[in-house]
Formats: sequence, C-alpha cells, structure tokens
Amino acid sequence: MQIAVRALTAASALALVLGGFIPSLASAADTNASVLEEGKKLAFDRKKGNCLACHHVADGISPGNIGPPLLSMQARFPDKATLREQVYDATTKNPNTMMPPFGKHGVLNAEEIDKIVEYIYTL
Amino acid sequence: MKKTIALVLGFSLLASLPLTATADPEAEREAFVNHFKKKFPNIALEDYVNGVYALDAGAREQWEAIEEFPPYEIDVEEGQQLFETPFANGKSYADCFENGGIAIRQNYPYFDAKSGQVKTLEQEINECRKNNGEKPLKWKKGEIAKISSYMAYTSRDKIFDIKIPDDPRALAAYEQGKQFFYAKRGQLNFACADCHVYSPGMNLRTDILSPALGQVTHFPVYRSKWGEMGTMHRRYAGCNKQVRAKPFKAQGEEYRNLEYFHTYMSNGLPVNGPGARK
Ligand code: HEC
Ligand code: HEC
Repeated sequence: MQIAVRALTAASALALVLGGFIPSLASAADTNASVLEEGKKLAFDRKKGNCLACHHVADGISPGNIGPPLLSMQARFPDKATLREQVYDATTKNPNTMMPPFGKHGVLNAEEIDKIVEYIYTL
Repeated sequence: MKKTIALVLGFSLLASLPLTATADPEAEREAFVNHFKKKFPNIALEDYVNGVYALDAGAREQWEAIEEFPPYEIDVEEGQQLFETPFANGKSYADCFENGGIAIRQNYPYFDAKSGQVKTLEQEINECRKNNGEKPLKWKKGEIAKISSYMAYTSRDKIFDIKIPDDPRALAAYEQGKQFFYAKRGQLNFACADCHVYSPGMNLRTDILSPALGQVTHFPVYRSKWGEMGTMHRRYAGCNKQVRAKPFKAQGEEYRNLEYFHTYMSNGLPVNGPGARK
C-alpha cells in the first residue's frame, strides 16, 4: 500500500506538472483525491485517529489543544518518512509524549496511517 | 515543557528506587502542589476542590446553576435512610465506625496495620454488612454510593488528613499507587498524570481536563453522563477504559493503593462530597 500511495503521489505530482492536460492521468488524480478523503475521515474519526482530540486540523469541529495545530506539514516535515514515524510511533521522538503510538500499538494499520499522512501532508 | 519532562523523570526515578530508600511522601506532596501553583498562579488552593470548574469560568457558571438544585440531594437523603435503618440483627452502620460514622470521610482511605492493606470507606461499608450477616453491596454505584455520599455529606469542610504510618508496607502501598498514577497504559498509552498533571485546563476535544489536585474531595459524584451517582473506583475504571486499558477490579489492591496516593496528594483540602460533574 505504501508503494501504491507513493506511486499515486508521483502520478499526481506529474499531473500537477503537466497541468492536468493529459486526460489519461485524470483517473489517477481521482484516486488520489479519494485517498486524501479517506485519510481525512480516518484522522477525524473518534474511533480511529481522533487527531482532533488534541490538534486543530483544518475544518475539524471542536478540536482539542493538547498538541500543536497541524499546519504547514510539508514545510515542517520535508521528509515525509519523519512525519509518518511521528504518527506511527510518536514516542521515538519523545518518550513522554501524550500522543498515542498509533502504529506501534495497532490503533491504526499501516494502510490507514499512510492515508492519514497523505491527508495531513496537504495541510 | 522541559520542566514537565524533568518532573516525569524525577518521579519515575523515585519510583524505581528500592523501597528501603528514603521515599518522602510529604516532600512529594509539596512538589505536587507546587506544580499546580506554578501552572495556575491565580487559582487559590481551596478552589481545587471544584475540579475543572476552578479552571474554566464558562463551565463554572453552568455548574453553579446545577448546584442550586443539587442532583445528588435525593441520594444523600436515601443514603441517610439506608445508613440509619438497622440490620436484621438490630445493629446498624453507626456501630461499625468511629464516631458513629459521622464526619469521618476525611480519614479515608487509611493504612490498616492489621491486614497490612489500604482500606477505603466503601470497603468498610461492606465489611460492616458482612460482619452483621448482611449481603455485600455492589461496589461502583447504587446503595453503596448513596451511603458513602451521606457519610461524605456529614463530613463536609473536614480537612483530608491521610496518614502514611511508619510501616514499610504503608510506604509500599503509597509507592504502588504512585507508580500506577504515573505509568503509561492502554492501547492509547496514557498515564493519569498525562491528562491530570501535565494537561489540566487543556481541551481534549470538548472535554476540559481537571487537575489531579482536589479530584478526590467530592466523591462519590453525580455525573450527568451517568445520570446517577458513582464511586471513585467507578471513575478510575472509566478513565482506564477511555485509554483502552483493561480496568481493574473495583476495590482491588491496585485501585485502593491508587486512591491512597491520589488522596494523600490532596491532604489539607476540605471534604466537599458528594459533588456534581458533567
Ligand atoms: C492525545 C493527544 C494527541 C492525539 C490524539 C494526537 N496527537 Fe499528534 N501530537 C500530540 C502532541 C502533544 C504533540 C507534540 C509533540 C510531542 O508531544 O512530542 C503532537 C505532535 C504531532 C505532530 C508533530 C507536529 C510538529 O509540528 O512537530 C504531528 C504531525 C502529529 N502530532 C500528528 C497527529 C495525527 C495525524 C494524529 C491522529 C492520527 C495525532 N497527531 C493525534 C498529541 C496528540
Ligand atoms: C486521556 C485522558 C485521561 C486519562 C489518561 C485519565 N483521565 Fe481522568 N478524566 C479525563 C476526562 C476527560 C475527565 C472528565 C473531565 C475532568 O473532570 O477532568 C476525567 C475525570 C477524572 C476524574 C473526575 C474528576 C472530577 O472532578 O470528578 C477523576 C477522579 C479522574 N479523571 C482520575 C483519573 C485517574 C486516576 C486516571 C488514571 C488511572 C485518569 N483519570 C486518567 C481524562 C483522562
């Protein structure tokens, strides 16, 4: 899945570069849009990421304020793998963090984390 | 943030020392209180008995409106009736407790040298029943919460005075309660301290987190979410479940030791139970 998402991202980057002029790439862009949508849903879902419990995220309703707002992710995480690790296991960076180790403790599976990372990388 | 981390490390360091070392509960209590004083310099110490409402003016207004017709009033009355109704053998709860069970809440939980264990008020309510040939009550709600509410009510404004006697078993119970409080647990990996020491006043989605200092003083509590009264151990189980940890047994050793530590930290604050919360 991770590979699939990377391929999708590459495809959408290409689509961006080409300004979406090539019709055959449109469907790849659609799939990417649905990955982002699923990522957002997973991030907001109380039983899944529930990132809103602690973070201000885009148009999410009644966010908590325990963590920093999720903004400018690309600027703050030039390396997407570092961002993924933050979501997979926030304790690698800070053993005392409040942020649950979503991947390490199996709250979210790898595919779900990839989708969330894709989504928040657009913020 | 750095300070917070230092405090966490400090506590885990203390917790890992052998029990024969000079663990000093009173110094730890002072550090605990000072942590909150620094975090909320404008909050008077006595106000911590009001939990989250000490920190949030908006929520406090709603709550004060609720307290004008306290939802626990009827439970206190029923508790009094239950308390005063004699057992089949003619004795009653008053015969089991010091001072006839009136105005004693502030001394619970306490370390009992005979059993070598921490004992809670609810535990002694059931022991009293057993010793008089009555069936024990369920631990977390219902009659036991009502009786305990009445007993708290007769103790209002008495000052919590939990003692840790000079007995290695008492110190060990305190240490275990402390470790429980600071240990990360559950699939979501939270310690009690994460929410109630390091983040009080912050929003966890729509909930504002209360400070651990003063959390114990108003129990049992009428919670709107429950629509009824619940005991301290019911609340502990709720906070454990919320982080997807398996809750422990009400009145088991883990929660009794936790209550011992948790209440000791609030020594010096007055009893204001029963209380009402969201
Ligand atoms: C219970 C609280 C909590 C939850 C839930 C939570 N986080 Fe966090 N998060 C934090 C805290 C606190 C930090 C600050 C860093 C630290 O503690 O080490 C943080 C940091 C981050 C950062 C780094 C931000 C930066 O600029 O450095 C990212 C990215 C992040 N979280 C993403 C997420 C995502 C995505 C989710 C949901 C899947 C999530 N978080 C859920 C508490 C939380
Ligand atoms: C993920 C966050 C979180 C964790 C971890 C947590 N709690 Fe809570 N707790 C809450 C929330 C939210 C409430 C309701 C709002 C409030 O009063 O703080 C609450 C309420 C309480 C209350 C009632 C306060 C009152 O005034 O009536 C007590 C007591 C309590 N928690 C104790 C604990 C203990 C002990 C632990 C550890 C076993 C714990 N909590 C772990 C979030 C948490």
